[in-house]
Amino acid sequence: MTDECAAPAARAPHDSREVYDRGEAVCVIGAGGSGLNAIKNLREAGFSVDCYERETGVGGAWNWRHDRSPVYASTHLVTSKPLTQFPDFPMPDDWPDYPHHSQLLTYLERYADHFGLREHIWFGTEVARVEPVGDGRRWDVTIRGSRGGEPRTLRYAAVVVAAGHNWSPRWPSIPGLEEFRGQVLHASAYSDAAQLRGRRVLVVGGGDTGCDIAVEAAQQAARCWHSTRRGYWYLPRYALGRPTDQAGEALRWLRLPLWLRRWLFARLLAVTVGDVTRLGLPRPDHKLYDRRPVTGGQLVDHLGQGSVTAVREVARFTGDGVEFTDGATAEPDLVVLATGYRPVFEFTDPELLGIDSDGCPRLRLQLFSRTHPTLAVAGLVQPAGGLFPIVHWQTVTIARWLRLWGSDPQRAAALWARRRRGSERPYTRNRRAASGGRRLDVDHVVYLRALQRSLEELGAAR
Amino acid sequence: MTGIRLVRQREWAFPPAPVRREVLSATPTGAADAPPVLFVAGFGQGAWVFAEHWLERTAERGFPAYAMSLRGHGESGPAAKATLRAYVHDVTQVAASLPRQAVLVGHGASALVVAMALARYPARAAVLVAPVFGGVGAAFSALGRAPLGTVPALFGRPLRLRRGLLLSREVPAADARRYAARRRGGASGRAQWQLVAHRAPEEPVGNPPVLVVGSPDDRIAGRALAAVAHRYGGAPLLFPGMGHDLMLDARWQEPIDAILDWLDKPGQ
Repeated sequence: MTDECAAPAARAPHDSREVYDRGEAVCVIGAGGSGLNAIKNLREAGFSVDCYERETGVGGAWNWRHDRSPVYASTHLVTSKPLTQFPDFPMPDDWPDYPHHSQLLTYLERYADHFGLREHIWFGTEVARVEPVGDGRRWDVTIRGSRGGEPRTLRYAAVVVAAGHNWSPRWPSIPGLEEFRGQVLHASAYSDAAQLRGRRVLVVGGGDTGCDIAVEAAQQAARCWHSTRRGYWYLPRYALGRPTDQAGEALRWLRLPLWLRRWLFARLLAVTVGDVTRLGLPRPDHKLYDRRPVTGGQLVDHLGQGSVTAVREVARFTGDGVEFTDGATAEPDLVVLATGYRPVFEFTDPELLGIDSDGCPRLRLQLFSRTHPTLAVAGLVQPAGGLFPIVHWQTVTIARWLRLWGSDPQRAAALWARRRRGSERPYTRNRRAASGGRRLDVDHVVYLRALQRSLEELGAAR
Repeated sequence: MTGIRLVRQREWAFPPAPVRREVLSATPTGAADAPPVLFVAGFGQGAWVFAEHWLERTAERGFPAYAMSLRGHGESGPAAKATLRAYVHDVTQVAASLPRQAVLVGHGASALVVAMALARYPARAAVLVAPVFGGVGAAFSALGRAPLGTVPALFGRPLRLRRGLLLSREVPAADARRYAARRRGGASGRAQWQLVAHRAPEEPVGNPPVLVVGSPDDRIAGRALAAVAHRYGGAPLLFPGMGHDLMLDARWQEPIDAILDWLDKPGQ
């Protein structure tokens, strides 16, 4: 495939530096799962694409060789294959239901090779700056080598940000953390169970990562405490004879109402694990599916074996110990903070993405800039299912949307104006649950339906 | 063709069971830029029907060539209750396992399977050879033309067709007998019924060019050729005088060369 727009570039002066005009080409930032998918779908829609990747390989977060990769040796998917794979590139049948992170990297590498995406990626190149020019529809992208080098500026018709949001650790502010004499580690720096061997470990955080590390500590460490702020629903990996997420989809396919699905799964847990407070866990403070349930069946087993002790939220650290909100204490020598990541976009002005005080972008359809129609962020969602099916339809929507700007700007402007007026709502089952710092959470079915409406609107506009 | 559907709960909740799949291949000598071509054998046939002539010919022309049997066919694993969706799954699985974006070629009822797979895999191009898209009308005409072979199919037995329906008279009788003896397995009763009553294939993803190839004298697919080609906005490429099994007929070389010429054209 030849790149029509790679022809001699027109040059325009800009800040005394030369700007290489790439015409109608689209800039994609990042070659992880979302970036690769953006390249493929934009190319499929006929766009030339330049993708910039700061590392030297594809895979982003799923490539354990990368500095910013959050994966640890034992990371497995928490969603099963059918809900995790790209809808048009299935994972192999002979892989397990819940593949290992190295298999996911293989999957992404094969995706890149299968669709010939590597030739559009500039590896070892960082995006330093993204600025709108003129009427705010075109973009000047300043790039430089990840290991240094002269910056260069190129002009693009559109920018798709796919830089990921799971690489900048979110550090909690806990009183006394500075005075604590033991070792403190964010989960991003946790890579291997050997780090836990023989230690007295406190794991803070009840997400999937926190549960995973607590389970590993249960097997490796001398002692393990697991601190969670609230009670969660810990789902097993399998239910009703199939992977739990597939069982959930089967019930939705049968059109069972939410209350009935909740009741069914609550019954299922009641007849197997039973009352979780016996294991020292707080009772869940929300209804099932109001938040992402945690795949923590193994954690429950270890709580039952006593190899993990469930403790409440950390109140404060003392010199050589921890005090919890219920007055209990512990003396760990290693604290692992599985407190998540925060989205960071260093290369744009915060206003472009509507980033407010909590650092979270406010986007149209959780996808497009609210002010600039040719700026989009792919993959900035936290679905309960897998991310890739959602990213796929996001980038298809971006491609169709950009096509419309090219073919029928008037119609596009009219659609854009209509969208701007429309109010934004959280794409979750329960609107209340989406508030409070979990704004990236989406219910995949609610969100995909919104994308489908958007695609139909664009299709009708074609 | 129906519009795109993003929420696919049935497919998420009930993935087809994994199965062993027979894939034959022929690699071109020397480095090849050409896309891989995946031939999908029709109902009641195995990958061998392409290995007879077409696979080698495709590789000679510089395309990495692959041929597969659907589950329950040829040397693929048994699948007594396979559905059309399981067959589509087989095709997308094999296509995604190839090193590069593939061209899909489906013969007979597998042309329908390929047409459905195009909505689940962005093929570089697709060729529907003697396509049988089924439907009630086709079922009645099959019943009229080959009652002895069709009536058992109503009760879930494999559809059996006379040699005369599959091959032209130019094929030596010894070869025809040899081919008939190689039949192993077949479509499940469920899939045969689905062939009669199924939803129209969803719109292909990635907008691949689609070519329809067939023979007007093919008494199984001949009459529907124009309709299928029209669905994809073109006219069928016709090879008069040949039977349904173009890849086994005496003049097998003409259609495959035409297909490869079409693939070689810039823009395909």
